[in-house]
Amino acid sequence: MNDMTAMDSTVETQRTKIAANSVNVYYGDSHAIKDVNVEIEDKTVTAFIGPSGCGKSTFLRCLNRMNDTIDICRVTGDILLEGEDIYDKRVDPVQLRAQVGMVFQKPNPFPKSIYDNVAYGPRIHGLAKNKAELDEIVEKSLRRGAIWDEVKDRLHSPGTGLSGGQQQRLCIARAVATEPEVLLMDEPCSALDPIATAQVEELIDELRENYSVVIVTHSMQQAARVSQKTAFFHLGNLVEFGPTGQIFTNPEDPRTESYITGRIG
Amino acid sequence: MPRKHGNSLLELTDRTKRRNAAEARFKAYGIAAIAVGLLMLVVLVTTIFSKGLGAFQQTFITLQVELLEEKLDKNGNRDLDDIKKVTTFGYAPIIRNAVETKVTELGVETPLKGKDMAGLLSKDAAATLREFVIANPDEIGKTVEFRFLAQSRVDGYLKGRVSRDSIENDKNISAEQLDLVDALVAADVIEKTFNLDFILGADASDARPEAAGMGVSMLGSLFMMFVVLALALPIGVAASIYLEEFAPQNWLTDIIEVNISNLAAVPSIVFGILGLAVFINYMHLPTSAPLVGGLVLTLMTLPTIIISTRASLKAVPPSIRDAALGVGASKMQAVFHHVLPLAAPGILTGTIIGLAQALGETAPLLLIGMVGFIASNAPDSIASGLLSPNSAMPAQIYEWAKRADPAFYERAWGGIIILLVFLITMNTLAVILRRRFERRW
Repeated sequence: MNDMTAMDSTVETQRTKIAANSVNVYYGDSHAIKDVNVEIEDKTVTAFIGPSGCGKSTFLRCLNRMNDTIDICRVTGDILLEGEDIYDKRVDPVQLRAQVGMVFQKPNPFPKSIYDNVAYGPRIHGLAKNKAELDEIVEKSLRRGAIWDEVKDRLHSPGTGLSGGQQQRLCIARAVATEPEVLLMDEPCSALDPIATAQVEELIDELRENYSVVIVTHSMQQAARVSQKTAFFHLGNLVEFGPTGQIFTNPEDPRTESYITGRIG
Repeated sequence: MPRKHGNSLLELTDRTKRRNAAEARFKAYGIAAIAVGLLMLVVLVTTIFSKGLGAFQQTFITLQVELLEEKLDKNGNRDLDDIKKVTTFGYAPIIRNAVETKVTELGVETPLKGKDMAGLLSKDAAATLREFVIANPDEIGKTVEFRFLAQSRVDGYLKGRVSRDSIENDKNISAEQLDLVDALVAADVIEKTFNLDFILGADASDARPEAAGMGVSMLGSLFMMFVVLALALPIGVAASIYLEEFAPQNWLTDIIEVNISNLAAVPSIVFGILGLAVFINYMHLPTSAPLVGGLVLTLMTLPTIIISTRASLKAVPPSIRDAALGVGASKMQAVFHHVLPLAAPGILTGTIIGLAQALGETAPLLLIGMVGFIASNAPDSIASGLLSPNSAMPAQIYEWAKRADPAFYERAWGGIIILLVFLITMNTLAVILRRRFERRW
């Protein structure tokens, strides 16, 4: 963790995983996202930063169509996952969400056992043929969530009994259990203490090896620590998008500079 | 220089004093209101128990009855058809003999004739005896000990309801009979004991209040509750889940929502007349049937269940739905796997409270004629089922309260105790369930 800073993280260009083209989002009459174009790469952590209400979470929730649950929300433009428009009429959001996992701001394990929390996704998607396979998936996911060693002896105790940081890592394990291609994280550390935050950040860095990770964060230090690409949102506009090192050291837009130096936000 | 808020913090300004006085007055009003409420409750409970507890005790007369063969089975071949030909009138002399024998045996002096002595017994006694003989024809010719119900005036005399002054114009009992009662009580032939038949037995005709019980109307209520549970729970829960989780927010759902709340406030008698018009007059379902009663009470209970179910669904935090949707569950999976189990205790509580409300409801039952008079005891009464006439607990209480004999009045209070026990049990169950499964987020 310590050797990883914005300055020395090398940026190699990866394959494009998600491409958003002129995306607009409306909540009733209010225009929440204005003409956003962004390309999210595979095996990369992309951070969305910006002041409260700038639309970064809204945009994140467009990427797995979680906004569908809000009646008044309307999305235009297209978002392509591996070249396929996820807002196409033929796309079932349920199938999409199995491929684009999500971790939420507040740890939200189901009030069930740790095992059942992780096994739920594979179960409803039929990923395991039998109990042994399911056990395997659960163990692999908990290992990926960097929580296996802490919970392996109490898989059947309730997930809600864990500490906040453990709960969040359990939620990450639950999200990776369905074998998604993209992992969306909506301020995953905002409810955690610094130690738990450090653990989760370390985990995010490891997840980069297998997934395309998109993280929304309020903390610029966190963005600098974990991401390779950073997008700065302001008032619904994507102001600047580029390699994290560049955004933090040499921003092109004066608004970005004001934000990262603490003058707005 | 004078300070704005009084000269010292240590002395109160007039304004503060007035404010404090107002607050103290308000608290006093509150305490007074609670005290009045508690006093009413105490008065209510003591009245119910002082008037109703007597109904759980009944006066019995123990007699050795010689089942004379020449009266009950003239042919002596124990043919059941012959035995059944003897009506209850045929049993009257046997009972008369038994009473006379007992009185003579005890050496009690009385000017009464045998018929008047037998008058201490309930009119039910002959029927009891006949039922016994038909069930056990082998006992004919033997002497069997019986505990007969005493008639209601004797029962009232032992309970203090009937006194020597009050019977002056009463043709059902005389002072001489009361003398005999005193003597028989002294000899332990007449005694007052707990009467299970009041709880489990059937209703009885006007002339035999001592034989009346709540049992059959309890069954009627039970049948109705089954109907309510079987209909109101699934319909109510399904409607709530749809409205809460799936329905779009528009003017139509707004209207439905407002009307459900309105339905909860509709007087129950309106549901009664609706049931009369729709279920009985239009659909031609039988009157007085628990099925119809259950349907009417279902209509009445539905809003309660829908409102409480929606409240408990709303109380499940949205983060749980997000979590389920986030791993790719469909909306229905999210609701049935996660939201509904978490809302279940609340739904259950609401259902029990709805049922308790339905159990105590009287007015709609009167309109659909759920005041059937059923004098057969269990198990015959159980077999009659959902479509044959029955009564319900509150309707039975109402019936008893209407009848002239003060002995029925006592039974009405006793019936209220039974009903209250049911209601308190159900409400306690609801509270326990809520406490036990309550989840804090």
